[in-house]
Amino acid sequence: MKDDFIIAKKKFISRLIVGTGKYKNFQQTADAIKASGTDMVTVAVRRVNITDKKEPTLMDYIDPKEITYLPNTAGCYNSHDALRTLRLAREMGGWKLVKLEVLGDKKTLYPNMIETIKSTEILVKEGFKVMVYCIDDPIMSKKLEDIGASAIMPLAAPIGSGLGIQNKINIKIIKKQSKVPVIVDAGVGEASDATIAMELGCDGVLINSAIAEAKNPLLMAEAMKFAVIAGRKSYLAGRMKKREFGNASSPKNNLI
Amino acid sequence: MNNLKKIKIQLNGKRYQIKKGCSLKELLRILKKNNNKVAIEMNGEIADKKKYNKIFLKKSDKIEIVQFIGGG
Repeated sequence: MKDDFIIAKKKFISRLIVGTGKYKNFQQTADAIKASGTDMVTVAVRRVNITDKKEPTLMDYIDPKEITYLPNTAGCYNSHDALRTLRLAREMGGWKLVKLEVLGDKKTLYPNMIETIKSTEILVKEGFKVMVYCIDDPIMSKKLEDIGASAIMPLAAPIGSGLGIQNKINIKIIKKQSKVPVIVDAGVGEASDATIAMELGCDGVLINSAIAEAKNPLLMAEAMKFAVIAGRKSYLAGRMKKREFGNASSPKNNLI
Repeated sequence: MNNLKKIKIQLNGKRYQIKKGCSLKELLRILKKNNNKVAIEMNGEIADKKKYNKIFLKKSDKIEIVQFIGGG
């Protein structure tokens, strides 16, 4: 069954996008990325170390020619900083597909949707393909799609909380109304959360903390890979109808 | 005497001394940073990668050199 995952006209093999933060070291990052089967990772933009000239870089371990780098504006609290970050990211290697994340509160890490919308409008005009981290609100999601977002990325729960999907109904509504891919971003804690996101009909899931903070990140990366595949297949297969009472699986006829 | 030929710039938020007339390309070479793995902002404006050898540092320039690191 043909089931392509396409974002901004680019085809991806895996519906799982993995974040590269919080790992013990670059080797563990690279191993987890491989185990997850992903072909797109989020990356942050930060100052280079000017004192340690031999410091290894992420690119030494994960080749951007093999795995798509999705520059992210994590840590930005206003449009100015987010735009500056993504313009620098584009200069680094021509990256046009980016993830916009403008935070509004240090405690909840909820997005500032006013700044997010403002930034999306500017980035789209500048030719960026913007995947937008947003609140799980259908009205805001619709607005983002209308102004040209390439993907809508509603949170399942606060970033790094591992609480799982808190508002299934809204995620379902967002998916139903969207013509661009909907990717659940943030809040996934375990494999079943990823499966639920996919069973709700989402096009993909973005996971970082749940893998990096697992006791065994490599094993969790693999679990997430299968969880996303299972959820997608389950969604496409179409679940059975729920019944209030039992319904025997074996025929009643010819009982001995 | 040698000191006269040096200028002070601000590099990634820190004071940094470098010889006068140094280009961005040379600065990267001194810092042992790969041209293809970084982006440079000069006084708030993004420097064009293709022109690193033609952009020269002046006194008090504010330079930011960034790269990709692990992030969510």
